[in-house]
Amino acid sequence: MRDQPAANPPYKLPPPLFDARCRACWMVAGLLLLVLASFWSLDLQVAAFFSGESARSMGRFLAEFFPPDLSEPFLAKVGVATLETLAMSALGTLLAALAGLALALALPASRLHDGDRALARAPTRLLLNALRAIPELVWAALLLISAGLGPLAGTLALALHTTGVLGRLFAEAIENAPSGPGDALRAQGVGLLKVTAYATLPQVLPQLVSYSLYRWENNIRAAAVLGVVGAGGLGQLLAFHMGLFHMHKTATLLAAMLLLVALVDALSYASRRWLMR
Amino acid sequence: MNVAALPPVDPRLRDPALWPRLAWASAALVLLWPLAVACEFRPWLLFEAENLRVTGRFLADFLPPALGAEFLWMVARETWRTVAIATAGITLALLIALPATLLTARVLSVSALSGRMARGPFLLRQALRWSLILLRSVPELVWALVFVRVVGLGPTAGVLAIALTYGGMLGKVYSEILDSGEPHATETLLRNGSGRLQAFFYGLLPQNAGELTSYTVYRWECAIRSSVVLGFVGAGGLGQQLDSSMKMFSGGEVATMLGVFVGLVALADRVSAALRRVLA
Repeated sequence: MRDQPAANPPYKLPPPLFDARCRACWMVAGLLLLVLASFWSLDLQVAAFFSGESARSMGRFLAEFFPPDLSEPFLAKVGVATLETLAMSALGTLLAALAGLALALALPASRLHDGDRALARAPTRLLLNALRAIPELVWAALLLISAGLGPLAGTLALALHTTGVLGRLFAEAIENAPSGPGDALRAQGVGLLKVTAYATLPQVLPQLVSYSLYRWENNIRAAAVLGVVGAGGLGQLLAFHMGLFHMHKTATLLAAMLLLVALVDALSYASRRWLMR
Repeated sequence: MNVAALPPVDPRLRDPALWPRLAWASAALVLLWPLAVACEFRPWLLFEAENLRVTGRFLADFLPPALGAEFLWMVARETWRTVAIATAGITLALLIALPATLLTARVLSVSALSGRMARGPFLLRQALRWSLILLRSVPELVWALVFVRVVGLGPTAGVLAIALTYGGMLGKVYSEILDSGEPHATETLLRNGSGRLQAFFYGLLPQNAGELTSYTVYRWECAIRSSVVLGFVGAGGLGQQLDSSMKMFSGGEVATMLGVFVGLVALADRVSAALRRVLA
């Protein structure tokens, strides 16, 4: 009688919502606390923001945007700024790809083969992480001091941040490449330079190119706003006209920026679709 | 140089791809030239005596970093504000993203169960999806610039900017995650007459909760990074202090704050990795 299984499996209560032994519960509780503390400490004027007065002022503000300034000379200026943005992003990415490759190879951030002691690996990785941790905009603000206002600071800022990102990706790609061809050359007594040029690079080149193109896409978006601190491109015009309350011109610039971002997104989506087919 | 003076090259050693390589290299140079002109790329400007002097003085100022008690306390307060702006922004972004996800997810459409979605719901979904894309494609820095004009300097502009951009981003990605999962359980629930919310809570959520959480935590980490940047246009936090210290050329303060910032990013990276491991 005792061994007979119950006709119906016993009804199990669901586990309690909070259990002192469950780490996820403590983490969720911590997150909730963080959210509450954030709202409490920031004294946001969210209530004021959703009040009637603020809605009216927002409405007035938006109405000032219309109509956007579409006069010929201004459009030409926007066109030049757009080209400048594109040029900044392209040159910045190119410089970063070269510098990233140099750092990944010359000061090997990558362990090139099993016997490689790679003494420079740890310090180079540290440098790459530092370059990557500081956003483009902060680099641009720092570089303004030595490069002056204008697109040069923006280009160099993009190059520095992207060097950190690409250098790390490149180093990982090189380390993960199959070591067979390189080992074969090394066994014949071929030097490091030739092994790199004829065995390592040909294997990873497609990957490096695709990483660089991906970063270029990100950099176009970044370059559009970099100018807000004075580093050239569309952002600089935007900050300038917004500061002087030229709302019609600001509207045109915002539209141009949106158009550029949308175009880049669409192109990247289309090319991905085309390549995946 | 006289060509005849060169020693003859063994034809087996000649690079067969020499001419294409030279052609591509020169074409690249020709293409690069206008680019360099367009961004006024004159790196030698960096090494002019005047610029070198200013840069040198600024960099020399980096050491020693400013470590006064009052300054450190201010940095700590602003660092907390940076984290708080990101957290509050993401929370408000969830308020935008969750309803938008419920409305745009294709799996929750009842009419799509039997063939094509009806026209009304389809148009509603498309309209919402496009507005999410619009929210997302305006960079948060531009939102912040606009909101600083409307609500004034301070953290409110930063929180709203993050809420709008990340709301669009989260909403779009959430509905993509829900749509790309296995729809079987949800469809069965819907076919048997459960409501859409019930189908979401009992069909979709258990299946996708891990992925949704991990994406949200990752975005929180990104928001911390971008809330520093937002400070540069006056939206409060570490960025605003960094900006004003840079404008006063006080290298010691800049050095301290850059160090704190790099530490904050590294910490957020660790915390987010731990959270994703435990929650997912």
